Order: sequence, then C-alpha cells, then structure tokens
Amino acid sequence: MLRLEARSTASDWMRLASPPIAVALTILTGLVIFALLGKDPLKGFEVFFINPLRSFYSVTELLLKATPLAICAMGLAIGFRANVWNIGAEGQFIVGAISATGIALSFGSVTALSLVLMVLAGMLGGAAWAGIAALLKTRFNTNEILVSLMLVYVAELLVSWVVFGPWKDPKGFNFPQTQMFETTALLPVLLEGSRLNLAFGFAIVLLAAGHVLLTRTTLGYKMRVAGESAGAAAYAGFSTKAMTWIGLMIGGACAGLAGMAEVAGPMGQLTDKVANGYGFAAIIIAFVGRLNPLGIGLAALLMALFYIGGEQAQQYLGLPGAISKVFQGLLLFYLLAADVLIGYRILWVQGRPSTDSGSPGAASKRST
Amino acid sequence: MSLELITAICFATVVAGTPLVLVAIGELVCEKSGMLNLGAEGMMSVGAVAAFVTAYWSGSPTLGVCVGILAGALLALIFGFITINLMANQVATGLAVAIFGVGLAAFLGKPFESRVITATPPLTLPILSDIPLVGRVLFQQQSLVYLTWVIFGLVVWFLARSRGGLVLKAVGESPTSAHAVGIAVNRVRYLAVLFGGAMAGLGGGFLSVFYTPMWTEGMIAGKGWIALALVVFATWRPWRVLLGAYLFGGVLISQLFVQSSTLQINVPAQLLSALPYLATIVVLVLISRNAQMIRINSPASLGKSFRAD
Repeated sequence: MLRLEARSTASDWMRLASPPIAVALTILTGLVIFALLGKDPLKGFEVFFINPLRSFYSVTELLLKATPLAICAMGLAIGFRANVWNIGAEGQFIVGAISATGIALSFGSVTALSLVLMVLAGMLGGAAWAGIAALLKTRFNTNEILVSLMLVYVAELLVSWVVFGPWKDPKGFNFPQTQMFETTALLPVLLEGSRLNLAFGFAIVLLAAGHVLLTRTTLGYKMRVAGESAGAAAYAGFSTKAMTWIGLMIGGACAGLAGMAEVAGPMGQLTDKVANGYGFAAIIIAFVGRLNPLGIGLAALLMALFYIGGEQAQQYLGLPGAISKVFQGLLLFYLLAADVLIGYRILWVQGRPSTDSGSPGAASKRST
Repeated sequence: MSLELITAICFATVVAGTPLVLVAIGELVCEKSGMLNLGAEGMMSVGAVAAFVTAYWSGSPTLGVCVGILAGALLALIFGFITINLMANQVATGLAVAIFGVGLAAFLGKPFESRVITATPPLTLPILSDIPLVGRVLFQQQSLVYLTWVIFGLVVWFLARSRGGLVLKAVGESPTSAHAVGIAVNRVRYLAVLFGGAMAGLGGGFLSVFYTPMWTEGMIAGKGWIALALVVFATWRPWRVLLGAYLFGGVLISQLFVQSSTLQINVPAQLLSALPYLATIVVLVLISRNAQMIRINSPASLGKSFRAD
C-alpha cells in the first residue's frame, strides 16, 4: 500500500512541479467530464484550450482577460505571503469599479487627467473597502476572512443599487448599467485591431514591482517572515498590525485597480455583473502561481483560458458557463493535494505499514 | 403591529433560522475536532442542487433531502482527504471547497433553474399546535424544522454527556495527547468533517426543497459563510449557536417583511438586503473584541493538521 514519508528537507523541485501537475490533472478531469456529459472530449479540449490561442485577435483577448486577474492576484499574493487572508478581493474589485465609474460619469471628458483620477479612485476605493477588514482586524481582532467575505455581498448589493438606481443609463432600456464612458475615460488600446489596452502595461509593471518588493526590500522580507512564523516576526519586533494593514491595503488597491481596468477597458461602462468572479479566481491564481510574480503571470493566463474556454463551451458545446468555475475549483484542489509532495514522498510499502499513522487504536487492538 | 403580524414574523424567523442552525451546528462539531472547514457555502450549494434535482425527478422531498445530505458529505470527504491524509492547509482547502461547490452547483443546476416542485405541507403537531401564539410559531412547521431540534438536542447531549463527545473535544484540544492515549485522531476528524458536510447538505436541501422550493444560482447567498460566523459568535457553544441562528433568521426575515410591507420606507431595497451581512460583521466585532474569550473557547488545535509520526 501507499504511504507518505517525510522528506528531510522540503523539495524545491516539487514546489515548481506541483502547479503543472495540478494543471495536467485538471485538464484530464475536464476531458473525463466532457465524456461523461456525452461531448467529444477532443472537441471539448479544442474549444477550451486551443481555440482561444488560434489567432492574433484571440491571443490579445486572452491577454486582455488575464490582465485584471494578474493585477488582482499580485496584490493578494503580497498579503498571503504575510498570512493575511484577504478573501474579499471580489468586493474590493467592485468598489474600485464603482469609484472609477463615479469619476468617469462626473469628470470623464478631460484627456489623460480623467484616466489618472480614475486609476487613483479605483485603487483608493478598493483599498478603502479592504481597509474596513484591516481596521476591524487590528482594532477588534475580527477575523479578516469572514469580514472581507461579508463585504463582497455588500459590494454586490452596492453596485446593484447604483446601476439600478442613481447611475442607471436613462437611455439604456432599463438595463442595470450606466451609460457608456466617453473615450477620454477609456484606457487607450495598445495594439491596433485588438481590445488590449494600457491595463496590460499596468499588470506587467505591477508584477515587476511585486518581484522587487518581495525579493529586494526589507518590507518584503518582513512580510515573508511574518507569513512563515508569527512568533519569529514578533520576536524580531515586526508589527503584525502593520503587516495586516499593508497586506490588505495592497490587495485592496490592486483589486480596485483591476475593477477600474475592467470598466475603463473592455466594458466601457459599469454593470451589476462587473466582477464576474475575478476576485475569487485571483485567489486561486495567487496560489497556483506560488505567490511568485512570474508564476502569477502564467497562472493568470491559464485562468483567462478557463474563462474564455467557458464562454466558448457555452457557445459551441451548449454547456453552462459555470463549468469554468468548476475547473477553477478543481485546479485548486489538485494543487493543494499535489503540494503534499513538497514535504513528503510517496512510498510503496509491502503489506501492512508498521505504524498506522493517526490510528494507534488499531495497532493496540492487534497487540491485545 | 398586530398580533397576527408578530406571529407571522416569528413563524418565518424559525423557518429562516433552520438552515443556519443545521449548518452551524455541523460546523461546530467539525471545528470541535480541530478541523476548520470554510467550505460550508459550497457544501450547502451542492446539497441544495442535489436535493432539488432529486426531489424534482422522484417527487419525494424526503429522498431529495437525503441525497442533499449525501452530496454535502461527499464534498466534505474530499476536504477530509486533502487536509487529513495530505495535510494541506485547511483554510485554503476550505476555500477550494467553497469555490468548487458554488461553481459545481451553478453548473449542475442550470437546466433546473426555472423548474418548480410542489411545496411540502407543514406537519402540524396535535395538541401542541393549539397553544396560542407559540403553537402557530413552533408547532405548525415543516417536519425538517422538528428534525433540526432533534439533531440539535442530540448534538448537545453528545458534546456534553457522551464519551464520544469527550473524545471529539480531546482530539480538538490536543491531537497529540489524544493520540498518545490511543484515540484514532484522524478517524475522529474524518467523522466530524463528514458530519459537518452532511449538515451543510441538509441545510442546503431544506432551502431548495422545503423553503423556496426551487433552485436559482446564488440562492445560498452567503448563508454558509454566515453560519461559519455564527460558530465564532457562539464561541463554540451549541446553545449560543441556536440563539444566533434564530437571531439571524430574524434579520433575514425582517428585511423581507419591510421590503414587502405596505410601510412606505424610503430606503433602497439593496440596503435592506445588505443588513444580514452587515449584522454578521457587527456581531463578529462585538464577540472578537474579547480576544481572550475566543482563545479560551476555540478548540486549541483548530486549523492544524496532525500526523502521528
């Protein structure tokens, strides 16, 4: 039978290998799911993983989709490094989008300045929303997971209120959406003939900045220490309160920026469906990317593939779009499962193992 | 406010609080063993869909709810395998359960979104239901509401009076010591996790088959997360879970009553809908201020994996 044996040191090689293993297992499971649903697995694979890469335009669409995901995930990863569990990026994304929309609707016709203000508003909005969780955590010791999550639902209701109420487009046939932004309030397109916009540049800069922060600065070092051992961090005199604030504020600002990029980019307006689960997908991206900027970039591309593949599966295979969320969840399951191999190796043991881990009762019963 | 309206609100509060009691008491047992499963929202969603689809096909709400229980437990089994056998981080794995469960439920439930099943008539208890006010509120309910009280009573008895409860708490407080005295730590933890999943599935099934009765994507709407918060709010004590769950049932219901009432209150509907979430935050703040109380009452090994060697 199989049993696990602790490695003397954690395997760096497995740390790198486990995400690709998880991806491969997710894809394999996907093929099985397609077959079980009576769809041709190869056709499913093609629709999900090949079609989005077929043409120049579809590749730029993939990059466009990956952009807010990468921005959001980079911010979260910095918090996760310090063991700050910001689970509410979805809400911070929405509030960032609302804040940026506020600027666009009231002050959106000034070239360059409008966009700068929108970026700032988006980041501030997201950071403020995350700041609630930080404040309650540091002041009252309130669990940041539950608070940031509750605030997701509140943010969803907030965006629903603004697009059904005060900001509803009077000429929008009663759809829950604002009017389209003026072109001065839209991020400029980078590549002719595509929708890929300046936000892609933001993402690249952010990933680079994240790399520098995490590997080259004292702050990054402190956050890593705080994440690995709260005791060691306290002993070294690092303030956990400061880590909580920084982790949540950076995560919130990035999520808010991603929200801004979405309304000022492909959407060009605010709707009640603005977040589309990106904030939750970003959590998975941060983990699959090993909280490492390069990994996050790759994982964001993969997740973008899932999103676009999900849309395609809806169109060509008649499957509900929620299949991309199923894949997202599967990917995280497989990653967490594969990560066991970082600290342990699998052994094949003939017959019964000598020590039945976790159930000494069985052993003692045998001896009596 | 007329007496009739008060009775109606109290009645509806008990109904709305029921799934929260179920999910929270399941999570309580799970956490008592030291296992922190944040996936209640996902297990509820999957339970709700499985129960609804089964009830739709078979015409039997009871069978539906049973399948819902099974579905919740199955998802919990995955959680158990990854966190117990593979010793993965419980917070991350719980999140995966939540994301996967909500997604899977949306995926599987899509074709059933506009279907309806017939509502199950309430089970009026003889004699008891004739008591004025209380009879209407407590004893003209769905059979599952009574079952919830039975389950609750059993859990209270189990935790406070049984040997099994002692073992469960020992595992949650110190898995190492429990292991040393010959308790099969991981087996106990598996059972606790499965119970939590089964209760979440039952809670979801109650919502989709008895309460609404229908399935729409997003109908769980954070109730799984609220149940998690309730366990913290209750500082891991069952009676406080019950109280908290009905309190929140009241919050959920009163905003519906205000929204549908003839009282012309000039507040956006969304603000009223946000009340349960805001109330959750307020309640968490009030209880968490006393860090010591949380520390004393929470199972000492909560969230930590255990390996014998």
